[in-house]
Amino acid sequence: MTSPAWKPVWMRGRPWWHWLVLGIAVAYLVFAFSSINIDIERIQRGAERSARLLSQFLTPDFVSRWTAIRTGIVESLTMTLVATVIGVVLSVPFALGAAANLAPKPVYLFCRGLLSVLRSLPEVIIAIIFVVMMGFGPFAGLLTLVVSTIAFIGKLLGEAIEEVDARQVEAVRATGASWLQVVRIAIVPQIMPRFMGLSVYRLDINFRESTILGIVGAGGIGGTLRTSMQRYDFATAAAILILVIAIVLVLEYVSGFVRARIQ
Amino acid sequence: MPLSQRAGKTAWVPRTPLQRLRSALGLLALLVLTAVAWNIVTQDTNWAFVQDAFYQGGRLLARMFPPDFAYLPALVAPLIDTVNIATLGTIGATILAVPVALGAARNTSPHPVVRTLSLLIIVTSRSVHSLVWALVLVFVFGPGTFAGVLAITLRSIGFIGKLLYEAIEEVDKRTIEAVESTGASRLQRIVYAIVPQAMPQFAGTVLFRWDINIRESTFLGLVGAGGIGILLDVNVNALTFARVSLILLAILVLVLIAEWVSALVRSRIR
Repeated sequence: MTSPAWKPVWMRGRPWWHWLVLGIAVAYLVFAFSSINIDIERIQRGAERSARLLSQFLTPDFVSRWTAIRTGIVESLTMTLVATVIGVVLSVPFALGAAANLAPKPVYLFCRGLLSVLRSLPEVIIAIIFVVMMGFGPFAGLLTLVVSTIAFIGKLLGEAIEEVDARQVEAVRATGASWLQVVRIAIVPQIMPRFMGLSVYRLDINFRESTILGIVGAGGIGGTLRTSMQRYDFATAAAILILVIAIVLVLEYVSGFVRARIQ
Repeated sequence: MPLSQRAGKTAWVPRTPLQRLRSALGLLALLVLTAVAWNIVTQDTNWAFVQDAFYQGGRLLARMFPPDFAYLPALVAPLIDTVNIATLGTIGATILAVPVALGAARNTSPHPVVRTLSLLIIVTSRSVHSLVWALVLVFVFGPGTFAGVLAITLRSIGFIGKLLYEAIEEVDKRTIEAVESTGASRLQRIVYAIVPQAMPQFAGTVLFRWDINIRESTFLGLVGAGGIGILLDVNVNALTFARVSLILLAILVLVLIAEWVSALVRSRIR
């Protein structure tokens, strides 16, 4: 009986490749495992702690710190909405600039480069820079989310613009339409569903991100979470996590529903 | 087709008046809601700080350039740690995600209770950000790369599990039936009918997650879970911005390389 094992195309009929890859993988794993510092004694102490942590996590306490939790959640939600709206509006010029069929080459290269650099930096790291510039608080988080929204929608919308039906653009251009009219009549109707879909999707992502920006001091529920962890108040931390998971699920459902309807 | 009658002429317009009214009202509602939210979110904002930010930002940039390249040797070990955290975390998550996905897929789940439980694991893992996992795990296991690996693992189970169980559910039913009709057991059905079909997508998912994990393991150090983030935290607090800019540059290069490697390998296995 032959083995049913699946192999990628480049590996088929070349067994030595297989062994070489396997050998390198094993060598790397040995090296990687030796590099992580597993302190058995500390983990044993941790196990005791985690029992306490788990028992408190299973009895979430929404009541005693409710004001702080509510403030944090409201801050996260408002931050998400404002940042998404501003980010979506500001992303439009970047998207137009990042579409090769609309923008002149230098503008295209500049927008593409800027967007891919911004996209490569994780939100948390952008947040740290804004906290240094603006001081602690939700405004730093707001700016972080605006920047990452621009990077996300700018790139994906730019790609959507590049994929529009060129014949419609040509037809409108043939009537003597200006650049602005071409964008409005030929391009906007074609990309509108995608634009709406991306915006709602980004709203969903922004809320997820807003829940952790507080950990680095950029406002939102993350700050409350970090404080409660530092106070060893795991019952409150559990309550926060449950609320966050619930809101994330609701937003994911709503965003999925809206996207399914308009796309 | 919507037409407009203006000055005795009939002209084509993109939308009917009702459609225009509806979208205008929707936009207005959104703007009002945003304005309310803006007020709430900025009520405690110290505008003096914000006005100052351009000046501060300019000074910050001035202090960031040129990056302190003499600091580069100190970055090597934390960068390797970052890659290790991402890789080991992805491997751990892959091992744990397979049984979860088999339990969650309709066509392989042994029991509805197992399916619900598996879906619950996936949802919890996906909804909690890796920084939060790291925060909890650093408390349990102490600061270090181990907490980082576990944070990445716990975070990735949901992602890999979800995409894998969707791939399993999309498997061609006829193949399963054919294998079944030879009298194959449940395990044999999985090995001979499902694994070969789901494997390419599974491999792609894991590689994609590895790429995301590299990005995420760059900031786990901010809560003490190892990797390059530790140095970033230290240098931001010490206000040594020439080093901060070098670290940011290193993160950018690492992320771009990981993206490239992941895309390259994915295109080769398709």
